[in-house]
Amino acid sequence: MIESTYQSTHAVHDEVVLAGDHWVHEIKAGQTFRIEDLEGNQAADTLFYNAHDPEERYSASDTIRVQRALYLSTGTKLISNRGRTMLTITADTCGRHDTLGGACSRESNVMRYAFDREPMHACRDIFIRGIQCWCHDMNKRDLACNINFFMNVPVTPEGGLSFADGVSGPGRYVEMKAEMDVMCLISNCPQLNNPCNAYNPTPVRVLLWE
Amino acid sequence: MSLDSPIFQLELEGAGMWSRVIGRNKTLRLTDLEGGANVGMMLYHATERHERYNMPDTLKGQHIFYLRAPYCLHSDMGRLMASITKDTVGWHDTVCGASDAESVLQQFGENNYQKSRNEFYRNARECFLIELCKWGLGERDWIPNLNWFSKVVADEEGKLSYVAGNSKAGDLVELRFEMDTLVVLNTCQHPFDPAMTYQPKRVRLEVFANDPPMDGDASLMVRPENARAYQNTKDFYLLSE
Ligand SMILES: [Zn+2]
Repeated sequence: MIESTYQSTHAVHDEVVLAGDHWVHEIKAGQTFRIEDLEGNQAADTLFYNAHDPEERYSASDTIRVQRALYLSTGTKLISNRGRTMLTITADTCGRHDTLGGACSRESNVMRYAFDREPMHACRDIFIRGIQCWCHDMNKRDLACNINFFMNVPVTPEGGLSFADGVSGPGRYVEMKAEMDVMCLISNCPQLNNPCNAYNPTPVRVLLWE
Repeated sequence: MSLDSPIFQLELEGAGMWSRVIGRNKTLRLTDLEGGANVGMMLYHATERHERYNMPDTLKGQHIFYLRAPYCLHSDMGRLMASITKDTVGWHDTVCGASDAESVLQQFGENNYQKSRNEFYRNARECFLIELCKWGLGERDWIPNLNWFSKVVADEEGKLSYVAGNSKAGDLVELRFEMDTLVVLNTCQHPFDPAMTYQPKRVRLEVFANDPPMDGDASLMVRPENARAYQNTKDFYLLSE
């Protein structure tokens, strides 16, 4: 657990992202970016792209490979599909973030839960609305495996995997410094089938400092 | 059903690459010929290539961190791409990704074509991108790949370690395709293989025709998620054929 030295009053951007909404914003190299879990155990599904060449984007397997570790926390470098560092996590009061679990989608809700869950709002639809707003020539092809900030997806030495109750709580945050100009795309997860969030998706807050 | 006469077979050298469409109701058998092989693999729907193998849905849909028989490979559209119907290995990695030029250079040193002709050191990232490009795919289609025959375990803090000796000469794994699938693979070493020398291993590929799965099929029954995903695949073909 590493606390930040930044004050919210000095932030150049400070915004609340409601559950079920997307957020698309550029983060310049050298800027510091914080996501705060306002009410606890919310999943902030997040993707990063090189702001000037979105074919370069966050890669879960390259991030795992370079770090030889599954969970993200202070010191973790977020690695692109070209093996380059996009951002480095500089502070974290949650302790652990997931990069294995990906995003919910209407199609995977059917597979995971039941056929009648298909109409429910899901992260992939939110990501799609987000990239449509960014106005690059992007489509589903550009949705890579995302980070789930504040989610706890423990793996056992025997190879079991579960979505456990969160290690997060109200006011916990993760903070990272951009090493290149990146575009951040967040889907603040609306999942109502997973007990991790007590079936109640809640807002997150995003802040930026120069 | 026994699979005794392959309709296709090929021996791939270490650091070889291959891509082909394998139709549903066909089975791909991979055999580790020397022991210690690694087959990096990416999978795409043969005609709708925006649909791909999805590591997160495969893992969370089956509550596992690795792959073995009788588990399945899920696409990102809630459908099944393939089922692992036979497996003498017991643990295959799908989270650690692929070696790249820098990691191969750091581990094994420089050995280029000018110096060594076809004995030069290849890496999995470039092999994937070369084969993907032949099908009109590229970096935008990059996904977490499978690493057949390789075992990586996690400790309580999520630190990963490579388990040597996981696969022996003669070990094999069989994938029964439930969807017409573009299979892109290479036989470069696993990115965590601690070998001090560059020694990618030979692998045999064989393809067999199989009957459609029957009621009570182990792969489709091991998790209710697999049965629903298979139903989604059947529904897709019901409308598209
Ligand atoms: Zn979600």
